[in-house]
Amino acid sequence: MLDRAPQRAKDDVSAETRPVAFRGAGFVPGASRFGGWIALAVVIALWQLAGTARLVNPLFLPTPLAICRAIYQLAMSGALWQHLGYSLMRIGIGWLLGTAFGIAVGFAIGLSTLARSVGITFISALFPIPKIALLPLLILWLGIGEEPKIATIALGVFFSTAISVYSGVDAVPRNLIRMAQSFNVPFAAIVRRVIWPGALPSILAGFRITASVALLLVVSAEMIGAEYGIGAFVLQAGNLMQTDQLLAGVVILSLFGLAIGKLIGLLETRLLHWR
Amino acid sequence: MDLIADHISHCFGALEVLDDVSFTVRAGEVVAIVGPSGCGKSTLLSILGGLLQSSAGQAELRGAPPAGSLNPLTFVFQDFALLPWSTVEANVEFPLLHTPLSAAECRAQVDDALRRTGLTDFRATYPKQLSGGMRQRVGIARALAVRPAILLMDEPLSALDSQTRELLMEDFIRLLADGAMGAVYVTHNLEEAVRLADRIVVLSRRPGRVREVVTMPMTRSERGSAEWRGKLLAVQNDLWSLIRNEAIDAEREVQDA
Ligand SMILES: Nc1ncnc2c1ncn2[C@@H]1O[C@H](COP(=O)(O)OP(=O)(O)OP(=O)(O)O)[C@@H](O)[C@H]1O
Ligand SMILES: [Mg+2]
Repeated sequence: MLDRAPQRAKDDVSAETRPVAFRGAGFVPGASRFGGWIALAVVIALWQLAGTARLVNPLFLPTPLAICRAIYQLAMSGALWQHLGYSLMRIGIGWLLGTAFGIAVGFAIGLSTLARSVGITFISALFPIPKIALLPLLILWLGIGEEPKIATIALGVFFSTAISVYSGVDAVPRNLIRMAQSFNVPFAAIVRRVIWPGALPSILAGFRITASVALLLVVSAEMIGAEYGIGAFVLQAGNLMQTDQLLAGVVILSLFGLAIGKLIGLLETRLLHWR
Repeated sequence: MDLIADHISHCFGALEVLDDVSFTVRAGEVVAIVGPSGCGKSTLLSILGGLLQSSAGQAELRGAPPAGSLNPLTFVFQDFALLPWSTVEANVEFPLLHTPLSAAECRAQVDDALRRTGLTDFRATYPKQLSGGMRQRVGIARALAVRPAILLMDEPLSALDSQTRELLMEDFIRLLADGAMGAVYVTHNLEEAVRLADRIVVLSRRPGRVREVVTMPMTRSERGSAEWRGKLLAVQNDLWSLIRNEAIDAEREVQDA
């Protein structure tokens, strides 16, 4: 028979009890659902009030309403779509080219010793260059058309993609590859069914980075030399002191960035639901 | 089909891990490999299964694999090695996709493997939704699906809690009961070894050498009964006295690496 715990002494029962003090509070910040939106609305409202009360010079900081009006006018006149269209075309082609080459090179580096030794050296040497610095050279090589802008974007996207792809390939658990080998699964099938899905989280995380790289580069390239495009439009508006137009361009860029982020988020929930 | 360890030695760089290990796993036989930690058990199993090239000696097969065997030497891994992005069913089907089986045969093999491991109701779930024990059952189902002649198991239960371990041990005993399938079972758990094995290869501490090969004095089916329980414990104690001193040394060893 098991020993029982000793009976409580009488004086224990009569003694006063007190609760154990709770000391586990804090350190679990949670994002509330509407908090962010409310804060944003408050800031915009204050901004609008400051503008209408003439506390700030509308030339330096136009009110949110003025910016909305500018966007509306731009949309109606068709100028918005023209600028946006050019920017989208450059981003789209540049991003796709850079991503395609980046994925190919990233996989080569992740899978082959030769590609790795050569590739990593070149990528480490070239990755830190701000790609916009190459635009003048690319203009000399490719002329003053769309090509140098697209090439700048593609270069910027390429390096980030290659790096995120090969680190994704490196991060695929080796035990899964060994498992596949132990079942005599052929090389191509291991790449397709083990390494590709295993690297996908890192590849998609890379897309988030390359999307912002592409946006940054398209605006920079368009500011350096373009007739159309959001970057060119923002620059012209600044030169003409049309700050409402300028900020309209900035807002559109921000919305565009948000939309891309949302799209990648959707892609992640679809493709990475297993995580 | 027999699996033969033929004078296998292995070094990782300057670290000598296995030294002239030889033994034979006969068709349908279950051989346990025990030894102090770090003595090269996992290394030996990788060499036996063709996942690692030995420095000297080699693993050999003798005789034809049983008809219909798609992967005679099949691993069951300690960490399960399931594809997290695939359902249970897809995981079990994974090794069959590159075999000459037709889609219908494939499905039949998968169904059969799922049924034998009690996973039929879980075919559409993902590994992360399953408990450790169920995950290892998926690993076992995947191994069964390719009709192995010899299962190579490296501490298949050591990632599991003791109750789950007991349940899976019973599964193993059931699966290996008819002698159609042999196994090499690496473990540091002597109780598992004496319950499952026909023979137990005891390795010395690193570099691992065969210290002794213990043949179990009773068949697996006899071991459940009460009168054999004491006998089983005696074998287990003998094994422990063989290993104990080396286990102490192995544990006190400071890693140079
Ligand atoms: N890839 C490797 N490179 C270098 N050393 C290794 C490698 N794999 C294992 N070792 C070393 O070889 C020795 C034997 O390792 P192994 O994993 O085979 O031992 P084990 O008997 O399975 O040990 P455990 O009981 O811990 O599972 C260990 O000292 C380990 O550190
Ligand atoms: Mg081991």
